[in-house]
Amino acid sequence: MKNDSLDELYQSIILEHNKRPSNYGHLGCATHTAEGFNPLCGDKCTVHLNVVDQLIEAIKFEAACCAICKASASMMTNALLGKSLAQAEKFTLRVDRILSDDNLDYLESDGDLVSLNGVKNFPARIKCASLPWRTYQAAISQKNRAVLE
Amino acid sequence: MIVPAPFDVESVRSDFPILASTVHGKPLTYLDSAATSQKPQSVVSAIEKYYALENANIHRGLHYLSEKATDAYESTRVQVADFIGVSDSDTIIFTRGATESINIIAHGFVESVLQKGDEILISHMEHHANIVPWQIACEKTGAILKVSPVNEDGSLDLVAMEQLINERTKLLAIVHVSNSLGTVNPVEAIIKIAHANAVPVLLDGSQSVPHQTVDISKIGCDFFVFSGHKILGPTGIGVLWAKREWLEQFPPYQSGGDMIERVDFDGTTYKAIPGKFEAGTPHIAGVIGLSAAIRYLNDMDRLGAYRHEQELLSLATEQLQDINGLRIIGTASPKASVISFVFDGIHAHDIGTFLDADAIAIRSGHHCTQPLLKRFGVPATARASFAFYNNEDDVDRLVKALKKLKKFFT
Repeated sequence: MKNDSLDELYQSIILEHNKRPSNYGHLGCATHTAEGFNPLCGDKCTVHLNVVDQLIEAIKFEAACCAICKASASMMTNALLGKSLAQAEKFTLRVDRILSDDNLDYLESDGDLVSLNGVKNFPARIKCASLPWRTYQAAISQKNRAVLE
Repeated sequence: MIVPAPFDVESVRSDFPILASTVHGKPLTYLDSAATSQKPQSVVSAIEKYYALENANIHRGLHYLSEKATDAYESTRVQVADFIGVSDSDTIIFTRGATESINIIAHGFVESVLQKGDEILISHMEHHANIVPWQIACEKTGAILKVSPVNEDGSLDLVAMEQLINERTKLLAIVHVSNSLGTVNPVEAIIKIAHANAVPVLLDGSQSVPHQTVDISKIGCDFFVFSGHKILGPTGIGVLWAKREWLEQFPPYQSGGDMIERVDFDGTTYKAIPGKFEAGTPHIAGVIGLSAAIRYLNDMDRLGAYRHEQELLSLATEQLQDINGLRIIGTASPKASVISFVFDGIHAHDIGTFLDADAIAIRSGHHCTQPLLKRFGVPATARASFAFYNNEDDVDRLVKALKKLKKFFT
């Protein structure tokens, strides 16, 4: 029973992003950077952005965190790269729903992010998935730190 | 020669109802006793009996139940004193736990000891509960917090520690047994060094009392703290012991009812110790539960229990070391039955969630020792901690699940 949801939590897309994350590393030309912390577990995630005329021209992340957090960050960078800040905001709201809403109809635009839907069955792990997104929001609003309560 | 009977772990396990329970349809493997121990039925029953049949406030009613509750509460103070080798039971203060006990001591140091430029010495392996109160005490007084280093194997560097002690050092506050690494610190040697320099020593016994008998009259420390919930008792009850002169010197930590001698708007005088430090209605049920927990430990073959835990530690250490990619953090000897480990490419949280699916409860994270984990260059570890009620099946299940985990994530 629990083993099934374990497979739902660690879907192959998540394990793949964890093993080979996209856009991992430092960004020399960053216009915005923020560090995110989850004090409960000590996870840390840094998001670097290069934003020109409201457009995310480059996005990278660095992290010392679990598979869920790393995969979520990796998928986030793929989803947000090349998007406008307004589109990016829509994605962050969308991820919050994927992490909480049991009756959500998935959209084609959700892409890999759908694979985060197993996390909602593990309440203790929801913050792992949302940490990169909160860190992105902190960066964009010129706060250099995001701390999950 | 009389050969002692072997430690009967299965008989002990039957005293703990939770150990027969299932999680996700599988038998529970509880390997998180360093976070909190499980409770024997006798402790649960003692608390239930108090609330169901004997409930009353203490120190104030002149009726039968109040006197009975007061007796139970105060006789536990004597029982606790005996349990840790203290002759003067007035120096046993009931608190919410080791954290509050340390806060009371830190408050006493702020109010009556520390001056600008004084130093408090702690070690790099302290729990946050023995770091943060001292940081705050230093901020308030202008004192300086010094940190004694930890060796690569997780032992303390005693030479460095001695060098850090000087005439400005006002206290050495140190953990008896590390919650993250299991290291058992050579406290008698440490206290000898400190006392030779006229420095008092606070020992955090949160992780030592669960594993070994502690005799303060032999150890010779100046302050000792521990929590009830880690030694089979309920949460929310703990103990502060300090030498009488310190407790008399320290001002009250909290004030209100039950800690006063006489209250007048012109001024108030306080009770003598221990009452001075126990304002308000205390956690009476917690004390009664703690009493039952200590009774359980005193009635048990503690040396046999210790040997049994050490056997589980050796067995688990040996088998975990054989798993490719697994690294144990903290290999100093002697060690309590705690194993912190990391896995190449697999984060501690993922280990925790994965093991939970097999009903194996371990702790994943920083264990409230962030500076220590930083020292070892890891953000988090997985920690399996064994109590005397664990058995070899528990070790087997852990090892099997970890082997499965490796396949799953890599």
